[in-house]
Amino acid sequence: MAQVSIRKVVKAYEGGVQAVKGIDLEIADHEFVVLVGPSGCGKSTTLRMIAGLEEITSGEIAIGGTVVNDIPPRDRDIAMVFQNYALYPHMSVFDNMAFGLTLRKFPKDEIKRRVDNAARILDITPLLDRKPKALSGGQRQRVAMGRAIVRDPKVFLFDEPLSNLDAKLRVQMRTEIKKVHQAVKTTTVYVTHDQVEAMTLADRVVVMNHGVIEQVGPPQELYHRPVTRFVAGFIGSPAMNFIPARVENGSGALRLNLPNGIVLPVPADRTQRYAAAAGKEMIFGIRPEHLTEPKNLDRDNIATFDLTPEVIEPMGMETLVHLWLQGAEVCSRIDPTTPAEPGRPLQVAADLNHMHLIDPQTGRVL
Amino acid sequence: MSASAAANRDLPSIYHKAGSLRAERRWALWSAYISLIFAAIIMLAPPVYMLMTSLKTSAEIADQLNSTPWWVYSPTLENYAALIGNEMFRGFFWNSVKVTVLVVAVTMVISVLAAFALGRMRFWGSQALATGVFLTYLIPDTLLFIPLYQIVGSLGLLNSAWGLVLVYPTLTVPFCTWIMIGYFASIPKELDEAALIDGANWMQMLWKIFIPVALPGIIAATIFAFTVSWAAFVYPTAFITTPEEMPMTIGVVSQLIRGDTFAWGQLMAGALLAALPPVIVYAFLMDYYIAGLTAGATKG
Repeated sequence: MAQVSIRKVVKAYEGGVQAVKGIDLEIADHEFVVLVGPSGCGKSTTLRMIAGLEEITSGEIAIGGTVVNDIPPRDRDIAMVFQNYALYPHMSVFDNMAFGLTLRKFPKDEIKRRVDNAARILDITPLLDRKPKALSGGQRQRVAMGRAIVRDPKVFLFDEPLSNLDAKLRVQMRTEIKKVHQAVKTTTVYVTHDQVEAMTLADRVVVMNHGVIEQVGPPQELYHRPVTRFVAGFIGSPAMNFIPARVENGSGALRLNLPNGIVLPVPADRTQRYAAAAGKEMIFGIRPEHLTEPKNLDRDNIATFDLTPEVIEPMGMETLVHLWLQGAEVCSRIDPTTPAEPGRPLQVAADLNHMHLIDPQTGRVL
Repeated sequence: MSASAAANRDLPSIYHKAGSLRAERRWALWSAYISLIFAAIIMLAPPVYMLMTSLKTSAEIADQLNSTPWWVYSPTLENYAALIGNEMFRGFFWNSVKVTVLVVAVTMVISVLAAFALGRMRFWGSQALATGVFLTYLIPDTLLFIPLYQIVGSLGLLNSAWGLVLVYPTLTVPFCTWIMIGYFASIPKELDEAALIDGANWMQMLWKIFIPVALPGIIAATIFAFTVSWAAFVYPTAFITTPEEMPMTIGVVSQLIRGDTFAWGQLMAGALLAALPPVIVYAFLMDYYIAGLTAGATKG
């Protein structure tokens, strides 16, 4: 078990392309950290640098207080689970899991004890004699995790481990991974492009984009207090609505002028925070679940207005209403019992206690 | 009403389509069988001719009027008996076995190591080197044997089976390396990364992961090296002069053709006996060769 420190780490490829542009990150002992971002954001490269599979161009990475820049992967005491499992096809499940211990010259009975224990945790004991090709995708992924668990390493590294599984199995294995982490408590760095995976698994989520870290924080914090437009749009599904708005100052209170003549009052407790934006073109951000059928109307800062739905998507437990407001796609999440049909105006309520205001120039959330 | 009428109208066309698919499939099968039978006849004619001739007496072979190449009227094993009973012929066979086993061993060690280095270790110039290895294969042995004669001669290995063990790998190593580079390249890189993290060094990775996983490729390369070495003709013709050191290929020809006298029956029997080991090797290793061992390594 160990903490992982990433200090000013840069990864540049030949030709000067920087995949990772000087990131800093402290991962605590026992912590489950998820690196998330779109493809090409540098998350996998970062993970591979921790593993020692990619050289670090500059900066340093320390595992358990030891700088590992020049230490080969086998001496870093890490275990990695790959997207395509990377099981040794000619070995049985037992031998696959035992391979790392055999190379490290563990005694036979100790190897057996550890493999049996891991197999029990992962519920793959009946499969120990099989070859990988006789396993299903989910079983292979379990074996790959077993191979990591038996080593009892300082750090687990996961590189998009669930991307090859079908949707149902993915949800199941996600729970499985969380359960395993709660059982073994090994420090874990997990890479995914799926924000739902990131939210559900992580103690802390690291959102990366274009080789830099946009924001680090617990899932709820990222969800409710994103610091950049990128994070606001990336975390949450359906994504946050971004609507162009002009901020106007009217007798001590701020107003948002939206397209189609919609005017929304800015909550009084935010007047000071948004004061600098007065008179400027900004972006009004609001999540679909805060743009609903009229409800809680007795609470403060609820504003109602009419919108005309263009597409209705019933999801069962909720209904998504899509409309376009002068180039901005707006999605509203309403109760399925609320009558709504395309083309007929629908009254919606915006809960402005959850609004965000984004500076389009800097992309920062005010 | 109208919907069911439309469905009825569509039915014949659907059946027609299925019928035409069946017909197309039947046509494809027939043409495949016909071309395969045609190819088999062309391929099998020479061995059958050889087999028939090897079972004939010299008199029957020489009888132009009453015999046909495609049938034996009075079969005899005397040609085979004469060869197998001949110590010199057994010597040819033994020489071929000795040279081939050594050449295959040397070739596989060199080309597996070379292919692993060139294909997986990605060092500066590895690409160019890999191409270079293949280019050397393109130079024919009919061109190489003159300079090689000088080299083998200066090493004092002319007229020695050891000389052949030295020169055959110039034919086998480049091609086998090339096959193995391709095979190693088809193994997902996550497999060596997993092994690296599991604690393997390069040699352990090669020995415990790559060689077992690439076994079909290794067997393909082995078959190739075996065939080249067993059937080599130009080099032994050029480098070997006495019957004691001769392998099968030139031994049979040089000893069974005396001037313009061809011992056809024995020549054919000798050629068939010489062809037997490769046939056996192919028959045994074919299953391995076809088995896809990489299945299940990654998502599959």
